[in-house]
Amino acid sequence: MTETTVAATATEAPLDYPMPRASGCPFDPPPQLARLREEAPFSRARIWDGTTAWLVTRYEDQRAILADDRFSANPLRPGFPMQSPGVAARRTNGKRLPFISMDDPEHNRVRRMFTSYFSVKRARALRPRLQEIIGDLLDGMEAAGPPVDLVSSFALPLPSLVIAEILGVPREDQPLFQRESRVLISMNSEIDDVLRAIDSLTDYLEGLLAAKERDPQDDLLSHVLADHVRSGATSREQLVQDAILLLIAGHETTTNMLALGTLALLRNPEQLAAVRDTEDPADIALAVEELLRYLTIVHTGRRRVALTDVEVSGQLIRAGEGVILPNDSANRDATVFDNPDSLDVTRQNARHHIAFGQGTHQCLGQNLARTELQLAYPALLRRFPTLRPAIEEDAIRYKHDAVVYGVYELPVAW
Amino acid sequence: MHLEIDQERCCAAGQCVLVADDLFDQRDEDGVVVLLDANPEGDAAARAAEAAALCPAAAITVVGS
Repeated sequence: MTETTVAATATEAPLDYPMPRASGCPFDPPPQLARLREEAPFSRARIWDGTTAWLVTRYEDQRAILADDRFSANPLRPGFPMQSPGVAARRTNGKRLPFISMDDPEHNRVRRMFTSYFSVKRARALRPRLQEIIGDLLDGMEAAGPPVDLVSSFALPLPSLVIAEILGVPREDQPLFQRESRVLISMNSEIDDVLRAIDSLTDYLEGLLAAKERDPQDDLLSHVLADHVRSGATSREQLVQDAILLLIAGHETTTNMLALGTLALLRNPEQLAAVRDTEDPADIALAVEELLRYLTIVHTGRRRVALTDVEVSGQLIRAGEGVILPNDSANRDATVFDNPDSLDVTRQNARHHIAFGQGTHQCLGQNLARTELQLAYPALLRRFPTLRPAIEEDAIRYKHDAVVYGVYELPVAW
Repeated sequence: MHLEIDQERCCAAGQCVLVADDLFDQRDEDGVVVLLDANPEGDAAARAAEAAALCPAAAITVVGS
């Protein structure tokens, strides 16, 4: 096995990454990834800046690397395969890196300042408020009448309102975050625009933190200021960048899961009916895990760099070599998931997906996201039992150019 | 089955609580894992094994079966 792997790796020229999806298959990862998973689980990939990195396509290998502290998540380290020119530019803009770009033990020390706000218990306690927001948004859709853009009327405002309430960001300031988030997650944003978006968010949050120091509220930012900035455990500058991370992550992930997940269900009516008609929350929970697995919207690969020589499944990865881990490929690995390319909302091991990543960087907001999705899909499908796309498939604009995959808009009717 | 947890490694993802909230909890102050039952049996043991497999930080260890 190992011999085959090395031979296949050595004879292949680097492939460009990210790769295009097959036309007509908007929910499936690029077909090249499936081939690599079979034939060359460690291959070489060339990224936007001309550098090459290891492209690791199998589930077990990705899990091993993401859980291994000999691989660093710090983009300042030489050899780190960066997502885009915009991300690269952030290395030199003088701002602190958010905790997602740190390694343990520092990473976990900072992460733990935020974890209590995203625990399973907190997410459960938020359910009544989430149901209220969902109900209001669905009322708005109903009042507006079809066709309605599901993204701007439901999929975006729900997570946007929720993350803003948790952090303590005033509702009227949300358009700023929605706008700048879009700039930051696009792979095609100009460097100047990325830096300007970060400056804009930084300025805004510095002002907001100053206001919360003068007049603390019962929200995440006020509490972290009081509990961790005052004691010197973190700095205001660090908190600003971490807060930007939380805001962007809060906007761009659940939004895309909601819209793309709804579209995937509309394309699979039996699966949609199962989600709409079940009375059992466990069925809904499983369906959400399956949608997370099937769609794996963080679709441009988690990135790491080896700190030392490491052997993974017989493949030597040398110190300083970059590693790209496309979780969308891992989540279609047939050695873990039977019939991996089919959407099956009753799949029993769906929660073994790594759509939230793996290792100690695994998504901080995952329980909030799960709860939002578990409440939102059935509420939407029950309010509008005849929901359907009000757009031809050819006209749907998929986010091929964004770090987080989804649809830009999804007109629906009922 | 005997379970051990490593609170240093824990990243408070909450996966263990999702599959076995009778065996695991999260500390209020930082979401770090708390073990409610170190010696689960039967169906609970199966869920404990699932929690250990899902833990992203490998902070749950099954010591005996």
